[in-house]
Amino acid sequence: MKKTLFDKIWEQHVVEERQDGSSLIYIDRHLVHEVTSPQAFEGLRISNRVLRRPDLTLAVADHNVPTENRINGIKDNIARIQVETLEKNVKEFKVPYIPLMDSRQGIVHVIGPEQGFTLPGCTMVCGDSHTSTHGAFGALAFGIGTSEVEHVFATQTLIQKKPKTMLINVSGSLSIGVTAKDIALAIIKNLGTSGGTGYVLEYSGDAISDLTIEGRMTLCNMSIEAGARAGLIAPDAKTYEYIKNKPMSPKGEAYDKALEAWKLLPSDEGAVFDKVINIEASLLEPHLTWGTSPEDVLSINDVVPNPKDIDKENLRNAMQDSLDYMGLKPGQALTDIKIDKVFIGSCTNSRIEDLREAAAVAKGRKVADGVHAMVVPGSGLIKIQAEKEGVADILIEAGFDWREPGCSMCLGMNPDQLKPQERCASTSNRNFRGRQGRDGRTHLVSPGMAAAAAISGHFVDVRKFN
Amino acid sequence: MKSFNKLTGIIASIPQVNIDTDAIIPKQFLKTIERTGLGKHLFHEKRYDQNNNLIKDFILNKQPWSQAKIIVAGDNFGCGSSREHAPWALLDFGISCIISTSFADIFYNNCFKNGVLPIILNEKIVDEISMLAEQGVEISIDLEEQQLIVQNKLYKFEIDPYRKHCLLNGLDDIGITLENKKTIDSYEEKLSSKIWHKPESL
Repeated sequence: MKKTLFDKIWEQHVVEERQDGSSLIYIDRHLVHEVTSPQAFEGLRISNRVLRRPDLTLAVADHNVPTENRINGIKDNIARIQVETLEKNVKEFKVPYIPLMDSRQGIVHVIGPEQGFTLPGCTMVCGDSHTSTHGAFGALAFGIGTSEVEHVFATQTLIQKKPKTMLINVSGSLSIGVTAKDIALAIIKNLGTSGGTGYVLEYSGDAISDLTIEGRMTLCNMSIEAGARAGLIAPDAKTYEYIKNKPMSPKGEAYDKALEAWKLLPSDEGAVFDKVINIEASLLEPHLTWGTSPEDVLSINDVVPNPKDIDKENLRNAMQDSLDYMGLKPGQALTDIKIDKVFIGSCTNSRIEDLREAAAVAKGRKVADGVHAMVVPGSGLIKIQAEKEGVADILIEAGFDWREPGCSMCLGMNPDQLKPQERCASTSNRNFRGRQGRDGRTHLVSPGMAAAAAISGHFVDVRKFN
Repeated sequence: MKSFNKLTGIIASIPQVNIDTDAIIPKQFLKTIERTGLGKHLFHEKRYDQNNNLIKDFILNKQPWSQAKIIVAGDNFGCGSSREHAPWALLDFGISCIISTSFADIFYNNCFKNGVLPIILNEKIVDEISMLAEQGVEISIDLEEQQLIVQNKLYKFEIDPYRKHCLLNGLDDIGITLENKKTIDSYEEKLSSKIWHKPESL
């Protein structure tokens, strides 16, 4: 029988099929951060259980960490205790850990691939919904809750129902200025935030093959915003090249053997998916969100939608509520929306390519008066690379605030937050109410669009900068 | 885990779609290292204004719904972040059942790990229950029988048998899985043929 990439990974990881139709699935890689792990470690202690495979686990603090003056430590007591708790737990349970002041520290979904911890064909989990990011390597990677984190600690397995599969075929090529982020936003617009619920998405087609590994991570990262716990892209030469020589990836004979196995992973020609969606890349434009759900997506040259055009009462009211919260009027051109803040960062868009994309727009220009634009690299290594390449200098000269790595304003657990009614062009993944700060207004965009907005003081078609 | 069998209580209607876990429990409360104490922060931005005063017309701030044990809400409840703090906050507030037309996957899973019952019903029934909820009525839920009764109306619901079994008996998943430890051991023995499986050290 012809198999999909997902089928192949799933079959290789079934420890036991259970009578009720669910399966016990082996977990090859477990990423851990400070926010969703303390109760799981505590659970092990209470039940007197061991952490079965610390060697398949990797921990880092990212959500709570300050992105400036880090040398002074974490000022917020409760946040500091949470990071210290992680440090205590990784010591007690012998989990490999990247300390806060280590240059390799960064966002958990950035450091996994960067350290070679993420591999094709593996199953990977983390107490974080954006674990879908690692699907860019052909890993079956998904977010779990804290109870499941404890389950993986204790058993290195999870009980799972086999999800359905959806193929998203993106044919053709993207125009200049249109990026992986725009593909992601277009897909979420198409599927809605629950259209992917119960599915694993596989992205394929020329436009996907053409994406860099960084772009693929951006796309897979946002699968959860369409409701899908995991997104997958078949590994290819770019994937193997990226993985080679990373600190934790296989070396020598182990790499050669791995490569043989990885090459068997891509979906067989003619494999059947439960659902198929086709998207033509050349038709995509730079996108942004206008509302308070990631499905509220428009092209940059559109206007704010009108609730009067919505038939169903509860949806019409929901749209009006969103517009009121966002401070927008029906019919208003998106390019007329002025911004206060810019956030370039998050596990969606904080990698070197994202920073280069922003720098290409910012080069020789200045951030508009009254706009505060911050750039938060995904990891210390990316920060160093951007500084070496001159990307950091371009951004700093243009007036961007160059920060230390972490999750930062994507969710504002640290001091990086929007004030009420502040409007932000953000390269993150969620525009939920209050996400970036109470009553803050978030518009999701690509790094290029964020940089262009920073320079202009309002949203603008990034293609005008190319 | 606390078991769930029968539940009778006030039902609060929050007739919105896509209620995300950021709304259920905002980020500033995720810094805790405990599972308890989050109830007072449930739906924080809907319940309190910027000066931390109660927003009186929000349903959970009004009598009798401030005593609600059940919530009925729109499509895709619990979308977004994987934070298990969402069911912890609901439970700590006193809510152990959510009724909706659909749930986001991770939240749905997290409920079952905490003795919270998510019930999926069709839109027509959810709308009916939502209208009755506004009258401040009580609803009775019987998991064993897979039914709920409100105002002499009886509705049946579907639930995965294993999850039902665990909820009814308050069973800990980990304990059940560890009964199969030998199966996991033998799976791991086979992994030795994948010589690349173990990560190199950091």
